[in-house]
Amino acid sequence: MEFSELIRTGQAQAELLRGPEMPPLRGTLCVTGHHLLLSPGPQATPDLWLLLLRSVDSIEKRVAGDAGTITLRCKDLRVLQLDIEGVEATLDIARSIEALSSLESVITSFPFFYRPKGLRLGEAWHFHPPERYYKRIARETWSSPLPVPQTRAWRLSEANEDFSLCPSYPRAVIVPRAVDDDALARSARFRQGGRFPVLSYYHAPRGTVLLRSSQPLTGRQKLRCAEDEELLRAVLAEARPGARGFIVDTRSAQAAKQARMTGGGTEAKAAYPGWKRLHRPLERGRPLQESFVRLMEACGDPEQSMDRWLSRLDGCRWLSHVKEALSTACLAAQGMEWEGACILVHGAEGTDSTLLVTSLAQLILDPLSRTMAGFQELIEREWIQAGHPFQLRCAHSAFSHTRPKHEAPIFLLFLDCVWQLGRQFPLSLEFGEGMLLALFDHSYASPFGTFLCNSEKERCLCEVRTRTHSLWSGLNQPKEQRKLRNPLYVPNPLAIWPSVEPQSLRLWQGLFLRWTHPPEPSEVAWEKVWQIATDQKTEGSQPTDSASEPQP
Amino acid sequence: MEHIRTTKVEQVKLLDRFSTSNKSLTGTLYLTATHLLFIDSHQKETWILHHHIALVEKLALTTSGCPLVIQCKNFRTVHFIVPRERDCHDIYNSLLQLSKQAKYEDLYAFSYNPKQNDSERLRGWQLVDLAEEYKRMGVPNSNWQLSDANRDYKAAICRCSQPLSGFSARCLEDEHLLQAISKANPANRYMYVMDTRPRHRMQSWWATQKDIGRIILNAMANRAAGKGYENEDNYSNIRFQFVGIENIHVMRSSLQKLLEVNGTKGLSVSDFYSGLENAGWLRHIKAVMDAAIFLAKAIMVENASVLVHCSDGWDRTSQVCSLGSLLLDPYYRTIRGFMVLIEKDWISFGHKYSERCGHLDGDPKEVSPVFTQFLECVWHLTEQFPQAFEFNEAFLLQIHEHIHSCQFGNFIGNCQKEREELKLKEKTYSLWPFLLDDQEKYVNPLYSSTSQKPAVLEPNTVAFHFKFWRNMYHQFDRTLHPRQSVFNIIMNMNEQNKQLQKDVKDLESQIKQHKNKQTDGVLTKELLNSVRPESPALKTSLCLKEQTLLPVNDALRTIEGSNPADNRYSEYADEFSKAEPAVVSSEYGVARMTC
Repeated sequence: MEFSELIRTGQAQAELLRGPEMPPLRGTLCVTGHHLLLSPGPQATPDLWLLLLRSVDSIEKRVAGDAGTITLRCKDLRVLQLDIEGVEATLDIARSIEALSSLESVITSFPFFYRPKGLRLGEAWHFHPPERYYKRIARETWSSPLPVPQTRAWRLSEANEDFSLCPSYPRAVIVPRAVDDDALARSARFRQGGRFPVLSYYHAPRGTVLLRSSQPLTGRQKLRCAEDEELLRAVLAEARPGARGFIVDTRSAQAAKQARMTGGGTEAKAAYPGWKRLHRPLERGRPLQESFVRLMEACGDPEQSMDRWLSRLDGCRWLSHVKEALSTACLAAQGMEWEGACILVHGAEGTDSTLLVTSLAQLILDPLSRTMAGFQELIEREWIQAGHPFQLRCAHSAFSHTRPKHEAPIFLLFLDCVWQLGRQFPLSLEFGEGMLLALFDHSYASPFGTFLCNSEKERCLCEVRTRTHSLWSGLNQPKEQRKLRNPLYVPNPLAIWPSVEPQSLRLWQGLFLRWTHPPEPSEVAWEKVWQIATDQKTEGSQPTDSASEPQP
Repeated sequence: MEHIRTTKVEQVKLLDRFSTSNKSLTGTLYLTATHLLFIDSHQKETWILHHHIALVEKLALTTSGCPLVIQCKNFRTVHFIVPRERDCHDIYNSLLQLSKQAKYEDLYAFSYNPKQNDSERLRGWQLVDLAEEYKRMGVPNSNWQLSDANRDYKAAICRCSQPLSGFSARCLEDEHLLQAISKANPANRYMYVMDTRPRHRMQSWWATQKDIGRIILNAMANRAAGKGYENEDNYSNIRFQFVGIENIHVMRSSLQKLLEVNGTKGLSVSDFYSGLENAGWLRHIKAVMDAAIFLAKAIMVENASVLVHCSDGWDRTSQVCSLGSLLLDPYYRTIRGFMVLIEKDWISFGHKYSERCGHLDGDPKEVSPVFTQFLECVWHLTEQFPQAFEFNEAFLLQIHEHIHSCQFGNFIGNCQKEREELKLKEKTYSLWPFLLDDQEKYVNPLYSSTSQKPAVLEPNTVAFHFKFWRNMYHQFDRTLHPRQSVFNIIMNMNEQNKQLQKDVKDLESQIKQHKNKQTDGVLTKELLNSVRPESPALKTSLCLKEQTLLPVNDALRTIEGSNPADNRYSEYADEFSKAEPAVVSSEYGVARMTC
């Protein structure tokens, strides 16, 4: 396919309005295969204004007289306005943007063409393979403080090498050593989408584990699967004699029961001795997407009264979702840390709220996941490789006019929860708000390949690893660090238990109101904090410098 | 003390306000002449000043004892369970007496003795002294005053009470006075008169009577009673502006609703926000802010003088004038300047602290959180302009603490006259020197006096910039707060930076000395190494230790390391322990059915 077929006009004269604080930009507007360009006239600054077409969420056009206006609402929640000379040009540009921003083909998307200076292709893709995490677990099980050393309790299985067991799992997964690959294959057949229980996190201080899976396919007939039962039995046996387990089902008991009618269901108590189910319903799918849309509608209206704003904030229920997600993650974490229990988390498909809970529980418990590298590893392992369908979930953000099909801001909800953790423990996360904002932006539209596709299988087919750049290599460049890191970070070896009271949760203004700037943006104060923090470091080393200086 | 019958009760339980299980601390309750003190089994002390008590309730007897609920004016709520009803009754009666004093002389300030001699005390009072500036006070019916906020501008903020004009009466002198103010400003030939009361409901009716649409119900009612607003026809060159700040009664009930909502156990997000909306508190805060911004803009942008008034001129007018000054003049954003501002626009202009804060057993209808609202507006400004204020949130909270504590003389009495009659400067101490002594606790580490921004603050009052002030209304509910303090670490970094800079200087001068004596490089290196290593260790030790959220009242507000038991999901722990299949909880029953 040629992009040129979709580009209806070469260029037009236009003025770009980017909000009340930014000066308008005049110049020549031009649509290319992946970008919208505005090049200012020769007398103005030579800087080119560039917008990735993929990040356009919705487009509105209006014509009057011999000029037109296009309003672009972007996936990063920005709203842009283009005033264009010429009716024909306006309509042509609008149609071109519409066509190009909604292309579904992955391999013609921009990451496959993006070749930034200073980065090598293939770099940083090798950062977080499952083998690496397995090595960490192996190391931790060896040095376990528990009386019974849990050596060799877990193994790395390559049963899914060709993605035949589970198309949404990576090639290698961590499973109990006592269960062989054939048993895994049978367990996979008993779970929706083949997502059999795998290890998500090993909590070394208590020797307990966090597992995740999808719902069992018990159906109306209340089917059972011996291998699946054996797998969970082996988990408890290897944790500790007499260990208990909890299955955190992210659906209500009612919904889990109803799922039997469509072939799903939940673990029968009698079949899984030692395991107890807890139901913690978390919203996902369309209700979550609608919550996001309604929140953004409220955030887009600066004229509303205080009462209207509070009632809309209440009505959209976004903060309720934050609270529920955090409480469920705390429940899972608490089960491991305080009860010494093993936890299995699943909802229905096991690719959305399940991952939300397992990844948040790790942030609460695991100090390593709160470092810059550890957090990237967590997202890679618990979201990308764990098969969260980014392509489907992040196809549109809050402004799309099309009816949502698979879109849901579950990853955004995760980022919001992390932001709440960061607010309550401002010294304990090595990354700052800038990192979370960057992840939000890139998950919806990115020049990097990291968030492309819905699973490892698809990424292999598209050769994403060899033909696109990894986001991590982009973010880990030294020039990005000041934006992404938390200057106040101090490693904290303890678990961080957040308060989930409504008074303790706050709307994430930095994201939802990012483009309606407060008079003194937080970056200014943040820059000052950076100065104070780095002052200290440079001055800490200063005596050494001056020591070498006076030498003749 | 004749009111105290029981001074000590043992085996008293202190319940956690937000826990849904009945988690409690057991300890001993002591009653002193000034405080209620609870010491728990970990020897942690909780002090409650009698003057801080807003409400004592004795609830119905339970199996574990007699519950005693105390609500304080600083938003602390404690729930004790006293084993014997008789003890509970004694304490209840004593507290009823002790928390409501009949006369000023019984307030804590008159007995509080911080071991200072008279001259020290006098110097304390003179630290912030406006007496010189306000000799002109007391002119009947026009107790308005020029503010010094406008040193740099030609325009002025003036204030007064409502004119007693009635329906047709005029007061030529008053009109002349306004004309004089207007003419005193060469930059602009008109001036604004701001009425801070809302104009609604009767507006349309009045608009048909008079074609000036700037009339309000309050002013209407007042007018019928022989009071009113300036008639525009009689005051030429004057523009009227009404800004809708509700009266003290509306504000009091709004705060009451707010406290009811956030005191609910097991509050859902939805209940919290609908409660916040119904309370209307943030709407009122926004109204005060909007009025102050209008004032600042009129002066800055239009160079117009502004006369501000409400009904009496000591509540809404004080709010608007003081906030306006804060927006206009960076001096008031310093620690000392803020003290001057409170002295000027609140204390000396006769904000009726004793009535509004209910210091004495008086008319409960006169109590209103007018000053609390002012502090909250200032807090919102500090949130929007993190570098503009020299003081931090703890400073605001501490001032709030002391408007109710009656420990210092500053806020006792209802006007200057009464204060002088009470001889406060001779008999009590001033709060300000005590705050200045502890200044390092109240410093905003991000403050930059030489900010490149213009000196006038232009806050944004779009609804989404207003937030619930958790650190005020939940000051004492430590589980709701962040578990680590950014303030502490930044202050410590700043301290270390200073120390290191000093070290560098010292070392450099030593190196110079050594170089003069002998050029021996080895020696200087050793010297340097001996000083350096302490800083990294210092930094780590700061953060992992228990942290204080707010540096005020350290003993009361220490934040322990985070603990799931502090939070409500800890109640889920009960579910974990109920894991034996034999137990059928309601949830378990459901689970069973589905299996």
